[in-house]
Amino acid sequence: MADFFTTTYLGIALLTLGQILLLVLPLMVALAFLMYADRKIWAAVQLRRGPNVVGVFGLLQSFADLLKYVVKEVVFPAGADKAVFLLAPMVSLVMALIAWAVIPFNDGWVISDINVAILYVMAISSLEVYGVIMGGWASNSKYPFLGSLRSAAQMISYEVSLGLIIIGVIISTGSMNFGDIVNAQRGDFGLFSWYWLPHFPMVFLFFISALAETNRPPFDLPEAESELVAGYQVEYSSTPFLLFMIGELVAVVLMCALVSLLFLGGWLSPIPGLPDGILWMIAKMLVVFFMFAMIKAITPRYRYDQLMRLGWKVFLPFSLVWVVFVSFAAKFDWFWGAFARWSTGG
Amino acid sequence: MTVFSFYLFALSAIAGGFFTVVSRQPVHSVLWLILAFLSSAGLFVLLGAEFVAMLLVIVYVGAVAVLFLFVVMMLDVDFAELKAEMARYMPLALLIGLVILMQFVMAFGAWEANEAAEGLRTQVMPVDRHNTEALGMILYDQYFLLFQLAGLILLVAMIGAIVLTLRHRQDVKRQDVVAQMMRDPAKAMELRDVKPGQGL
Repeated sequence: MADFFTTTYLGIALLTLGQILLLVLPLMVALAFLMYADRKIWAAVQLRRGPNVVGVFGLLQSFADLLKYVVKEVVFPAGADKAVFLLAPMVSLVMALIAWAVIPFNDGWVISDINVAILYVMAISSLEVYGVIMGGWASNSKYPFLGSLRSAAQMISYEVSLGLIIIGVIISTGSMNFGDIVNAQRGDFGLFSWYWLPHFPMVFLFFISALAETNRPPFDLPEAESELVAGYQVEYSSTPFLLFMIGELVAVVLMCALVSLLFLGGWLSPIPGLPDGILWMIAKMLVVFFMFAMIKAITPRYRYDQLMRLGWKVFLPFSLVWVVFVSFAAKFDWFWGAFARWSTGG
Repeated sequence: MTVFSFYLFALSAIAGGFFTVVSRQPVHSVLWLILAFLSSAGLFVLLGAEFVAMLLVIVYVGAVAVLFLFVVMMLDVDFAELKAEMARYMPLALLIGLVILMQFVMAFGAWEANEAAEGLRTQVMPVDRHNTEALGMILYDQYFLLFQLAGLILLVAMIGAIVLTLRHRQDVKRQDVVAQMMRDPAKAMELRDVKPGQGL
């Protein structure tokens, strides 16, 4: 029986399909409740009640929303490029989902254990911008077009500093595989062995760049509702709009997973002695998601020129200098090998 | 499985290239071009060169094609006129294409591969290390100076482009970010008690 799944083509295909379902289904269910949590946190900060009607405490609100979107009519704007218009939300969702193929939840719990996992995630996240650009262009309308232009410039700008920060982590680990990166953070001091301590300023830079990369407030300029109505999503309704929304949220959760894998030790337990496991990974992702939700609630939106200045004139030079610093620290073994885990055998 | 994937990627790369050329809408052309890039990245993965494949996606699809799309989306081209132009030059273009094709046929028809080269071609992937490491050893160890030189040339080109386009006009109002951030609320605004019917 085991041979069937590892040797025959049909078996391998079925096994992969099963793994994908095992990942995507819990992710989608979790997403419904994360969306609810996002709105509840936002409401709590603003002293509102938030969704509280559907189900106990409004827990089923996301499912009601889903049903509402699905049964509504798809409206095509006049002069829209129909094929691209429909392709855009699908690209957005698919790109957000396929990046999960390389994200491990526990030691070896990963669909595709490849050497260049981080590069793969970077490549996929650089493709995510196409959903937004295509959506904005195909709508044949001014606000979506402006929104998509903004989004393209913004995502490209912050990808640069995201990439440089990740290079620092790669230098420290000596590998681009997520499993290796997490295992390199294993040490005698529990949570003080993780990368957040040696790479301390970069955790914040990565987090802020992740906000900009996923178009979350305070960097939600592509959809700034006060100036662009809703940016590239203006002309979308019904299921395509839902796909955009899910795609955006999946990208946010992916960034939470990246922060926990790169800096917070993934599935490693923070206290030496306690067993490692998937629960730690999920707990860390939830903590980071809570930060995402809080920042959405408590920060005012940036101006566009401020956003660009922050990306190119502050983050980029700082992360570039940091890469040089990490290279020296790793090469000459400064700070008792904290920056060169491959040299200390960690 | 590999053969099946190869033909899948190869077909979609060729289809992408074909529709890039024949598509009437420039934005569609760029989108087809992206498909061609992605398929060739898939071909690289099949060769075992996953690092090159990921770089192809990051650099060409993630940056270059976005810039293409940017420019093409902004263009306001009259396609009827463009097509009339194209029809005029079509015979010449066909002639040039034919000549180049003949040259390729003649060049490759006479090509006999060396036996040793054949052996190299089948073993693209180094056996003892990841291809990321292998590339790193070549770029940063063996050909370190040449690599730095290439970077220097790019830097010069970048500085040249900036120098050519940068105009520093004196009569334009500018933002001083530091001054903006250091502004003191006490100096920036004052509270006045406005009496009814009087105004300021």
